[in-house]
Amino acid sequence: MTQETVTRAQLSEAVYQEVGLSRNESSDLVETVLNEISDALARGEMVKISSFGSFSVRQKGQRIGRNPKTGEEVPIMPRRVLVFRASHVLKSRINQTLAELDPPHIEVA
Amino acid sequence: MTKSELILRLSEQNPHLYQRDIEKIVTTIFDEISEALARGDRVELRGFGAFSVKKRDARVGRNPRTGASVHVTQKFIPFFKTGKQLRERLNTE
Repeated sequence: MTQETVTRAQLSEAVYQEVGLSRNESSDLVETVLNEISDALARGEMVKISSFGSFSVRQKGQRIGRNPKTGEEVPIMPRRVLVFRASHVLKSRINQTLAELDPPHIEVA
Repeated sequence: MTKSELILRLSEQNPHLYQRDIEKIVTTIFDEISEALARGDRVELRGFGAFSVKKRDARVGRNPRTGASVHVTQKFIPFFKTGKQLRERLNTE
């Protein structure tokens, strides 16, 4: 079994199949959904999608990092990072199917 | 912002669409992503981010309260990596 990559194209196609809109409008809406989520996150808001998961923005303080190649110390500036927490529904859905398949391409983390 | 607030915002921007359909659109998008992950596939949304699945091997864990060792089975966890564009946006606005 090989791994496939799903992109905007497949999401738009699914929307097109599911709702009676044109292909163009379907892909516009997929884009709008992603934009709305990005806008909210850029405002620092948390985005909660029930039975999928939540995205939140976390503020990281400054710290000293190291260039792994040269060993040189470099300051890492304070920054905002995005954190995704999958819902229990999504986690159990994934585990139900993958427990049986156990696809070899999946990386161990 | 919750899923229903997202649906409301989209409805305001698209007055020609039924709210019912907007709801269906949002649900379809997240269902597709979930289904892809449940197949072990990757979902790549350029500029936004990428969803993938990683495996945690089975291990012997410990009940932190009693100290008793317990067998933890192998499990799969969904993972999200923020896209370059969104990551930059979080740090410029």
